[in-house]
Amino acid sequence: MSTPSLELVPVAPTTRRARRRRLPPSLIAGLAILGVIVLLAILAPLVTSYSPTQQDLNDVLASPGGRHLLGTDELGRDVWSRLVYGARTDLRVAFLAVLAPFAIGTVLGALAGYFGGWLDAIIMRVADVVVAFPFYVLVLLLVFVLGPGSGSIVIAITAVSWVSYTRIVRGETLVARSQEYVLAAKVGGLGNLRVILRHILPNVITQAIVFAMSDIVLDLLAIVTLGYLGLGVRPPTPDWGDMMASGQQFLSTHWELTTIPGLAVALTGLGLSLLGDGLADALRPE
Amino acid sequence: MLTRYIARRLLLLVPVVFGVTLLVFFSIHLVPGDPARSFLGDRATPTAVAALHREWGLDRPVWVQYWLFVKRLLHGDLGHSLFYQASTVSLLKSDLPVTLLLLLYGAAFAVAIALPLALLAALRPDGVVDQAVRAIGVVGLGMPGFWVGTMLILLLALDAGLFPVAGYGEGFGQHLRSLVLPGLTVALSVAPILIRSLRQGMIAALNSDYVAFARAKGAGPATVLLRYGLRNAAIPAVSVLGVNIGFLVGGTLVIENVFALPGLGSLMVQSILNRDFPVVQGITLVFALLVVLVYLLTDVAYALLDPRVRLG
Repeated sequence: MSTPSLELVPVAPTTRRARRRRLPPSLIAGLAILGVIVLLAILAPLVTSYSPTQQDLNDVLASPGGRHLLGTDELGRDVWSRLVYGARTDLRVAFLAVLAPFAIGTVLGALAGYFGGWLDAIIMRVADVVVAFPFYVLVLLLVFVLGPGSGSIVIAITAVSWVSYTRIVRGETLVARSQEYVLAAKVGGLGNLRVILRHILPNVITQAIVFAMSDIVLDLLAIVTLGYLGLGVRPPTPDWGDMMASGQQFLSTHWELTTIPGLAVALTGLGLSLLGDGLADALRPE
Repeated sequence: MLTRYIARRLLLLVPVVFGVTLLVFFSIHLVPGDPARSFLGDRATPTAVAALHREWGLDRPVWVQYWLFVKRLLHGDLGHSLFYQASTVSLLKSDLPVTLLLLLYGAAFAVAIALPLALLAALRPDGVVDQAVRAIGVVGLGMPGFWVGTMLILLLALDAGLFPVAGYGEGFGQHLRSLVLPGLTVALSVAPILIRSLRQGMIAALNSDYVAFARAKGAGPATVLLRYGLRNAAIPAVSVLGVNIGFLVGGTLVIENVFALPGLGSLMVQSILNRDFPVVQGITLVFALLVVLVYLLTDVAYALLDPRVRLG
């Protein structure tokens, strides 16, 4: 009688390195696009030959080419300079506007999910109220109340978008809370703070990071839109939205004034989206 | 069962609506400095500032102010616009139809764009069409709506002369024509989201047992796609549209400004620039209540279509 043999089948030496997936192509493409834009923004003084705010009323609405690479706007300011310095402004504000809600939302979500009870109830009821407002309506109300400027924009966006992070992290924390490794940590006598920081957060934060990458695209669009509506970063600080708004008056004769900053936003948005998609792929558990 | 579901759903709304009024009311107290002075400007006399304080009730204790705010709200009174010298409600009444029409237009266009593309994409997941649609979606999501609108003006209004560049026109016929480009712009910003969920729903439906059975008994590809796939994918799509009403409203709000349409979005931005508190508060409140109402209708419609929701 042959019994089912349990002898070990020689397994191909699949080491960790061999099994590690290659980086998703969208991640590489996104990094490349964003890398160029961020590099240009950082090196702004080196890659431009005019100040972004210097007016030259003798040389307004110059066509691209010639002395000014992308021409000049209605005040004779160099469009390429404004574009590159605008990247500085808008990327910085967008980064802050995603970092703050990410941090606040994650903390609140972890607390709500871990402790539950009245803390959870209060946080989630407030979240329900915030979600009742359309994103742009509440952001506009808050910018109106706080006055224009990059600080107000960051506060306004933070006050609206922490909710998404809180909901994501709370949901993940609710699952993690009853997992064995968390119970083990608790039985082992660890304090609540330590359990949250060391055992729960590292396991729930991935989803929040993935969401942040798609959120930053929306934030960038919101910042540019506020600038377009005249409620954004204060002039003369270069901002892509403000460039498009002032270019619109010359749409029939100088369409490039509106088109170029729009393409810059679209390209940045594309880079961020690709990076986000790639990151989501790379972080997804097998 | 359904009435009980609706009743429970309405009960859940009470704290939300209460919170919404609270937030809208207290926003005026978040203003650094004095809101009355910020409206009147630096050169206003103390008497004028004090008079506006009385008008806006800022001289009373906060809780009394809130109580009066709610009381007036229940009587359909949203205060008085000092800039337009008119009641806020009358301003909202004249501009709301434009916004609602644009919302409907945008939603209809979005469905008209998303449905065929999602169907084509779902037929061959990861095929050429699917990949192209997805790529366009990723590119489209990164474009500011107001810029897309401006580009449409450039191409279809200025160059081709097919549509008016801006404005709302006279009479219903011209209104409808004036809203084509704005509606299209709103739709283009929502379509990628709609396509994504419709496509997923379609693929799930086409892989299900009942579709396999329909195929086995000899139903043609068109029948399978439309009668079995689309029907079951449409339910989640409706709710996706409902859940994204906030997104849709935000889009219309901005796009109205691009096309100089006399709707609530233009009024809101103008009133922000005028620092006209009662109007901004009123519009915020109307938009929030609109969203809450659409969420409610979406949930009820979902419960009607899918018995599992109301039984669960």
